[in-house]
Amino acid sequence: MLANIDTILFKDIDEPGLNTREVYERRGGYEMLRKALKMEPGEVLDEMLASGVRGRGGAGFAMGRKMSFIPKGTMDKYLVCNADESEPGTFKDRELMQKNPHLLIEGIIIGAYCIGATRSFIFIRGEYDYVADILDAAVAEARAAGYLGENILGSDHTIDLVVHRGAGAYICGEETALLDSLEGKRGNPRLKPPFPAVQGLYQGPTLINNVESLMNVPVILNMGGAEFAKIGTETSTGTKLVSISGQVKYPGNYEIVLGTKTRDILFDLAGGPLDGRTFKAWFPGGSSSPVMPLTEEVLEMPYDFDSIAKAGSMLGSGAIIVFDDSTSIVDVCYKTAHFYRHESCGKCSPCREGCNWTEKMLVRIKNGDATPMDLDIIESVCSQIMGNCLCVLGDAMAMPVSSMIKHFRPEFEAYIEAKREEAGFGVSIPQVNRGAHAGPGPLLSPAQAA
Amino acid sequence: MAIDPTKIKRYDHGSRVPGWDESADLTKDPAVVPDPATTYVPEPVREAIEVLMGKYPDVRSAAIPAMKIVQREHGWLSPQAMEQAACVLRLTPAYLVAVASFYDMFELKPKGKNDVYVCTNISCSLLGADGVYARMKDEMEGDPDFNVRAFECLGACEIAPMASVNGVYVGPLTEDDCAQIREDLKEGREVLPDKQLAKRKAASKHWKR
Repeated sequence: MLANIDTILFKDIDEPGLNTREVYERRGGYEMLRKALKMEPGEVLDEMLASGVRGRGGAGFAMGRKMSFIPKGTMDKYLVCNADESEPGTFKDRELMQKNPHLLIEGIIIGAYCIGATRSFIFIRGEYDYVADILDAAVAEARAAGYLGENILGSDHTIDLVVHRGAGAYICGEETALLDSLEGKRGNPRLKPPFPAVQGLYQGPTLINNVESLMNVPVILNMGGAEFAKIGTETSTGTKLVSISGQVKYPGNYEIVLGTKTRDILFDLAGGPLDGRTFKAWFPGGSSSPVMPLTEEVLEMPYDFDSIAKAGSMLGSGAIIVFDDSTSIVDVCYKTAHFYRHESCGKCSPCREGCNWTEKMLVRIKNGDATPMDLDIIESVCSQIMGNCLCVLGDAMAMPVSSMIKHFRPEFEAYIEAKREEAGFGVSIPQVNRGAHAGPGPLLSPAQAA
Repeated sequence: MAIDPTKIKRYDHGSRVPGWDESADLTKDPAVVPDPATTYVPEPVREAIEVLMGKYPDVRSAAIPAMKIVQREHGWLSPQAMEQAACVLRLTPAYLVAVASFYDMFELKPKGKNDVYVCTNISCSLLGADGVYARMKDEMEGDPDFNVRAFECLGACEIAPMASVNGVYVGPLTEDDCAQIREDLKEGREVLPDKQLAKRKAASKHWKR
């Protein structure tokens, strides 16, 4: 097995009692909080900037820069930890929080100190009830030890932490929908700008970070930002948890150094395909990342933010879903579209209608009612969703669906013909109304129209 | 290809969209914030909600956790449950219903006591979740003790196909496990102790290579 795995966040993750303060402190826990309190908030921020660490939740935005957007001043500021891990295929945060909750709490306290927030929240998805219980217990321990509350560790800083349980909605992982949900409303995304760094929770400046990102904060302080930046590649620093699932031998969470070769991840860590099968394609970063066929070229690709972006997909949350030759691409496509149709909040029309119609067309394909023209219409619907929504949920449906059609069009067409014959509609496919004639095409901007 | 109109599922009111026939009774006045003097709220429920209210700068933030409490108490978000939550929170029942209807885990209709959520998302369905769900429904459907639902990704794809049984994650499931889950729940035992996720080690340690 690959040598340098599970080196930082997953190091000794299964040590018995690591979720208790006693064991965590014995292993040097909360030392970095003491160190941070002796530093100026600006110095903590400098370390974060120097580390070059990028957000681990999906967008991959530089974490230090995000922190630097929070205005200085004495207004009420908030830090929210996004633990609403709902992206299909992602399960890293669950294991991290379940096994090492104090590292997250320490990261949150240091982060809150850095930006000057007095209140912080962990927004955890409702389905993770047992993990939330573990977090609640850990927060109570931390409060009893004086790490949370008024004048933490004898300093003049007040930082409070509340574990807030959601109630089951994918969209609440989107940062502004999360804020609405945390304010006790329906989880609808907000129009941006203003961005949460300026006007977020309860109208105050708010920093929102993923669990894994915040857990890296004490690590970075311990190593020093410059030292941390030496791990991984130049633009993707540090380690990343990958959640490998699907049709592989050894699914699970592994901590890799960013820039590890895809082949090593899929064959060495995940054990390769199930017996007698071969890999077909994969989602490199959760179900909202464009699907890529697993060609030799892709297997040679380093697994980091920029290499994957260059190849036409995204690292996202690091959730790798692999499927093999026994799986029909149409089934995967339908499952994906069905999920996003169900989770679309309905606030803006391209996503609400687009996801709905895409799913309906895929149902038609499965029922044998469709013609290959429907593929063109799906592509045209997807192209009109992308970039036209309040949040990225619509894009998250459009990207994988259109990429599947792009890469596996012959398989879709063969499937359609086979199903038509099965349903008794015959195979005569009209060749008119295809390609450029299939739909209204992308919308023109006012400038183009004029 | 012609679509047979008689095959399209329609609701009593002729629409294909559910819910439109459940319109509000417009002859009634809208429900106001329930009067604490006349609304009965069990003491533990009131206390739990008041603790929640103290945690947030805005009381509405406590709405979702408070509804979780009353749902646990009443089994579902019955009108009475909503009234109790609304009374303590000082919000209207309409506000709470509007919020609750957004979220998957709130039940606005009566449901079975034991929640069995079977994940049928991509990773799980690649490994046979649809079969597990069908079998689970066969075993439990119609039994008022169970609430079987196909759920979106529950975040435990390493044990796919999996289910969350009253919040306990179990997997990888085979279709034969469904009967065992039913038995365990009926007897009040721990559900599939060997397959619980909480007892599983990190992947690099779990798999014997």
